[in-house]
Amino acid sequence: MSQTQQITHQRINSGHRVGSKVFMLICIVYFCLPVWWLIVAATKSNSGLFLGTGGPMWFDKHFAFFDNVIQLTAYEGGIFWRWLGNSLFYALVGGVGATVISVMAGYGFAKYRFKGRKAYFNVVLGALMIPSTALVIPMFIIMSQIGMNDTVWAVLLPAMLSPFGTYLMRVYCQDSLPDEMIEAARVDGAGELRTFMQVSLPIMTPAITTVFLLSVVNCWNNYFLPQVVLADTKLFPITVGLTQWQAKSNAGAGSEQVWNLITSGAFISVIPLVLAFIFLQRYWVGGLTAGSVKA
Amino acid sequence: MLILTVKKAHEKKENRWGWFFTAPFGVFFILFLVVPLVYAFYVSLFTYTQVRGSVFTGLVNYKRAFTDPIFLSGMGRVVLYTVVMVPIQLGLALILALVLDSIKTKFGSVSRVLYFLPYAIPVVIGALMWGFLYSKDMGPFTAFFHLFGLQAPDFLSKKSIFGSLVNMVTWQWTGYYMVILYSALQSIPSELYESARIDGASEMEIALKIKTPMISSSLVMVTIFSLIGTLQFYTEPMVLRNNANSAIVPEYTPNMYAQALAFNYNQINYSATISFALGLLVVIFSVFFMKATKKQSGLED
Repeated sequence: MSQTQQITHQRINSGHRVGSKVFMLICIVYFCLPVWWLIVAATKSNSGLFLGTGGPMWFDKHFAFFDNVIQLTAYEGGIFWRWLGNSLFYALVGGVGATVISVMAGYGFAKYRFKGRKAYFNVVLGALMIPSTALVIPMFIIMSQIGMNDTVWAVLLPAMLSPFGTYLMRVYCQDSLPDEMIEAARVDGAGELRTFMQVSLPIMTPAITTVFLLSVVNCWNNYFLPQVVLADTKLFPITVGLTQWQAKSNAGAGSEQVWNLITSGAFISVIPLVLAFIFLQRYWVGGLTAGSVKA
Repeated sequence: MLILTVKKAHEKKENRWGWFFTAPFGVFFILFLVVPLVYAFYVSLFTYTQVRGSVFTGLVNYKRAFTDPIFLSGMGRVVLYTVVMVPIQLGLALILALVLDSIKTKFGSVSRVLYFLPYAIPVVIGALMWGFLYSKDMGPFTAFFHLFGLQAPDFLSKKSIFGSLVNMVTWQWTGYYMVILYSALQSIPSELYESARIDGASEMEIALKIKTPMISSSLVMVTIFSLIGTLQFYTEPMVLRNNANSAIVPEYTPNMYAQALAFNYNQINYSATISFALGLLVVIFSVFFMKATKKQSGLED
């Protein structure tokens, strides 16, 4: 490459650099400004949300976050905290259940050549395409017939089925868990269960973490199913609870407006997951590719 | 002889343990996927009237669904959302992933986390937030447009609700798809494009002609995810409807229609029909898409 060519080349490249930096900054603003708005809005009183001295994107003179927390604790007997607790409960128990079931199944599919395995696994793959929301209304009808509606089981049990988690675990076991290792454990006289617990599980940890995170997020996000199967407000997860407040506040004249409770409640409710995301970032990235890039 | 018995015993063991490990999944699969599906289909074959009670009517409900203007316009809407939203989200996600892959600085890794941030916020909360942001009284846009002496558009009107929803979903999901594509890019061995770079290929050429084709299986996978996700559109319009109930009808999407039929109109049989028909259409769309991209699809066994 001649020198002039190289110089033009560099110039073009540095032009690209500046261009892509600007583009990245614009995207940061786009993705973060709404979150910033939420932080600011959580510190405002009901009237501050409309008439705040700093406008919608800056703090009001009157810092009302702690007043909001106190009000949240008092409002409707502190049901907000109960909703938050319910969400945590659904997410953790549902997440653990989904993970245990998926890990076992993925391992079974990857490491045992049992009869019917191929057809069975093809059914699992097919199930990846069935939209889970199309099952909500049928599930509601069945549950109302067996009297399971309005119980925690109606939310928890369906959340424990994760064809995608099973698929990810199978791919991971196939690619990263050598058959020789399992064979060696067997030769040493370890039973199948012991091999699974002591040899295979430790190697599967990164993928298990990913499947667990995905399942927790799924349960935490769950809205359609709990909205339909739950009637008792005491069992609501935070998603259903806050939208109920939103609907009430929007109903206009005569109904109570609790905008400040919605914004501060929403802010408090996103803290746990945002922290988990930032600190567990690498697990995310690692496991998600397991399904997409085949070695 | 001995070898044969050993082999038989081995086969038996594989069978027993294979089914042992996959059995819990199988039970949940049957109870919470197969049973609801079959039951939905069964219920959809009946029609309930107050006079005659529940009567077997065969496929009449499906005939009704596929000529029902409300269902068809809901279906048309989600297809339109899919056609508009999926390319925008995946295009933006791919560009961001490629840009992040080409700069390995602190700024890059910080921005990666920030792009991913909206995914950590539950869809419901995201929709609530945008409901506020779009609001004339509480959102920032009124003041922002005022700066330029303009009047802010009404984001919650009939005309602009489509764009407002597209924006909400793009904001929420782009980062997630970006992370999947980014980690796929990371797993490409760099020797593959090092020689192209020495030959004088520009970064742009490398990104478009080498990197993008290398991650096509991931691209197909995220496309299927977002395709299936968009066709079942429910949460965002449902939540935003509280702020914009004139722009978003209760039967805005097929899922919302099924919910309204079951709860507002008490038409359980027809509601199950809509759910089943939606499920069927989504499966058909995804199979069609997978067939069309068979070579790249990572979802094949």
